[in-house]
Amino acid sequence: MLFTFATRRLVTAVALTALAPLAGATTDLQFWHSMDGSLGERVNAIANQFNASQKEYKIIPVYKGNYDESLSAAIAASRSGTAPHIVQVFEVGTATMMQAGKAIKPVSQVMKEAGEVLDEKMFIPAIAGYYSDSKTGHLVSMPFNSSTPVLYYNKDAFKKAGLNPDQPPRSWQELAAAAAKLKASGMSCGYTTGWQGWVLLENFSTWHNLPYASLDNGFGGTGAVLQFNSPLHVKHIEFLAKMAKDGTFTYAGRKDEATPRFYSGECGIMTGSSGSLANIRKNARFDYGIGMMPYYPDVKGAPQNAIIGGASLWVMGGKSQAEYKGVARFLKRVATPAVAAEWHQNTGYLPVTVAAFDLSRKQGFYEKNPGSDVAARQMLNKPPKSYTRGLRLGYMPQIRTVVDEELESVWAGKQTPRAALDTAVSRGNELLRRFEKTAH
Amino acid sequence: MMSHRFHFPERGLGLLLMLPQLLITVIFFVWPAGQALWESTRLQDAFGLSSTFVGLDNFASLFRDPLYLQTVRTTLLFSVLVASLGLLVALLLAVMANRVVRASAFYRTILILPYAVAPSIAAVLWLFLFSPGLGWISYLLAQCGIDWNHVLNGGQALTLVVLASTWKQISYNFLFFLAALQAIPTSLLEAAAIDGASPLRRFRDIVFPLLSPTSFFLLVVNLVYAFFDTFAVIDAATGGGPGKSTETLIFKVYSEGFKGLDLGSSAAQSVILMLLVGALTLVQFRYVERKVQY
Repeated sequence: MLFTFATRRLVTAVALTALAPLAGATTDLQFWHSMDGSLGERVNAIANQFNASQKEYKIIPVYKGNYDESLSAAIAASRSGTAPHIVQVFEVGTATMMQAGKAIKPVSQVMKEAGEVLDEKMFIPAIAGYYSDSKTGHLVSMPFNSSTPVLYYNKDAFKKAGLNPDQPPRSWQELAAAAAKLKASGMSCGYTTGWQGWVLLENFSTWHNLPYASLDNGFGGTGAVLQFNSPLHVKHIEFLAKMAKDGTFTYAGRKDEATPRFYSGECGIMTGSSGSLANIRKNARFDYGIGMMPYYPDVKGAPQNAIIGGASLWVMGGKSQAEYKGVARFLKRVATPAVAAEWHQNTGYLPVTVAAFDLSRKQGFYEKNPGSDVAARQMLNKPPKSYTRGLRLGYMPQIRTVVDEELESVWAGKQTPRAALDTAVSRGNELLRRFEKTAH
Repeated sequence: MMSHRFHFPERGLGLLLMLPQLLITVIFFVWPAGQALWESTRLQDAFGLSSTFVGLDNFASLFRDPLYLQTVRTTLLFSVLVASLGLLVALLLAVMANRVVRASAFYRTILILPYAVAPSIAAVLWLFLFSPGLGWISYLLAQCGIDWNHVLNGGQALTLVVLASTWKQISYNFLFFLAALQAIPTSLLEAAAIDGASPLRRFRDIVFPLLSPTSFFLLVVNLVYAFFDTFAVIDAATGGGPGKSTETLIFKVYSEGFKGLDLGSSAAQSVILMLLVGALTLVQFRYVERKVQY
């Protein structure tokens, strides 16, 4: 094993120096990702198409476990000098990666040095904004798989409960009324949600034109302070706590546990990732519809715009010029309308560029799959404001956990919404101050 | 027991023979433990680009945090429950399996089987059984009027992880208890029976004392298991929730170090955990072992 590896390295090295000008010498580029199942097959297909399109570079996609695992694997590899070329990092790891200095290479720089032209304006603004350096305004990582929370509802159950199956609930009040009617019609669960911190607080904030944290949600620096305990946030969680008490809101778990409860027909309404659509399409034995995230109509400026979850592609530091050239070519290909549109249509993730969105529309994809454009329309709803571009907060995975813990105590009736949000904010702020000390 | 002392003619030979073990200890224990100690006094970013010495700050901020102390309490409760439940049930099963004459190999194999199941799979199996809305145990409980929802109910979540962790360990304990039971000379038991001792009396006065070395060994092993090896079960079953009700120290070390990328705090926590388990083991050897009859 060691021997073959060493031999291969040697052969590659010899090939590179001696045969570089000749055709047939390929440079291997490692691409670590977290896409399993059918998503992983799509990633492999994209890599294979790229490899077949030219002979100089070979992208090697490697599944490295879930987002946490591939990020810590990449960090460990980087610390020991064996980092891959490209790593897929989830959105909450963005602040950590941006602080990584020489360990990473900003995508805009990779493109520029490789002589590739990348029009950064072609990306959907709210997606590009999430992954741009706030000082230079240029992309630091390549948008790849992005999702937003959307509302799924069971049309058959709506009919049975005497609700209009063609009208998803638009406001939270309508949602509560619909959930109560669904319960009355005999369902055990009216409304549920996946990813509560992301849906009920992070996206709730930008959708309602509110900051989640100061300094433009951390885009303005590491000194940001959490602000999701405003009166409106408290009112919202109180609204949901009342629903939980009435039995019209069922808490399913911290991650995606809500999705199976929706497609099994147990819950009539769910807010969850637009990326869950593929799963729901495959498993639901009933007619379902997709709507935008609900909002409170009396809030000024609402609905504003949604923010993304999902991941982007980061280029690691310390590689050769030739390798970066290949990386640049591959990333450019990922963002071409054809590749991006195909990825979007097959996975339920957002089209990352406006051109991919237009192409999908032209191909008639949204007519054939009603509701699959909701996620994109939420992103493009209004031009993002400085505090609705996204979040850039350190130790965000821990902050999400803190939010989960405190909200769970609200759903269990152990804590008032105000106390829970205040505690979450102060615990989160302690984490932010700690992160600030590690930043440089 | 008489103590024999054997002296090597040369110091060098003795050292040479001990070298492999010493090397293993240094490489796999002393070195990583030293690294943890070093990291625990520093604050650094995920990529290790900047690192500052902060003295005992990482420890101080842990002890200032009331939630950390709550995690310590959860860990102690969890470990005591897993160890005591695991030992009692295994002893009961071993005593019964020891009496079975027909098809004893079959029963023993069945009882040992769970040990071959990976911890996370064990957790998922129990998770299915207790899954609210899907699992049949939660369905049966609902029939009895118990609303099972470990996603929101902390006590139920703790019960679930204790059951899954214990279930796995029972096989291991069973194996040792059974071996120890079979090593008890039948002549002793027969003599007692002839003297008119009841089965209960025979167990209390003969079997149990003779089992004490095994019980002591298993107590230490089970506590260490509960502290360190139950991580996979908790990760797969509850992820530490709801709230912090199933978060143990080892789970917190993992989630802060590998998911949160806060190496300084994670290292400080592993140092505390190391000291805690070291102290517990020391106490056991000092005080509990005195009651053991070899």
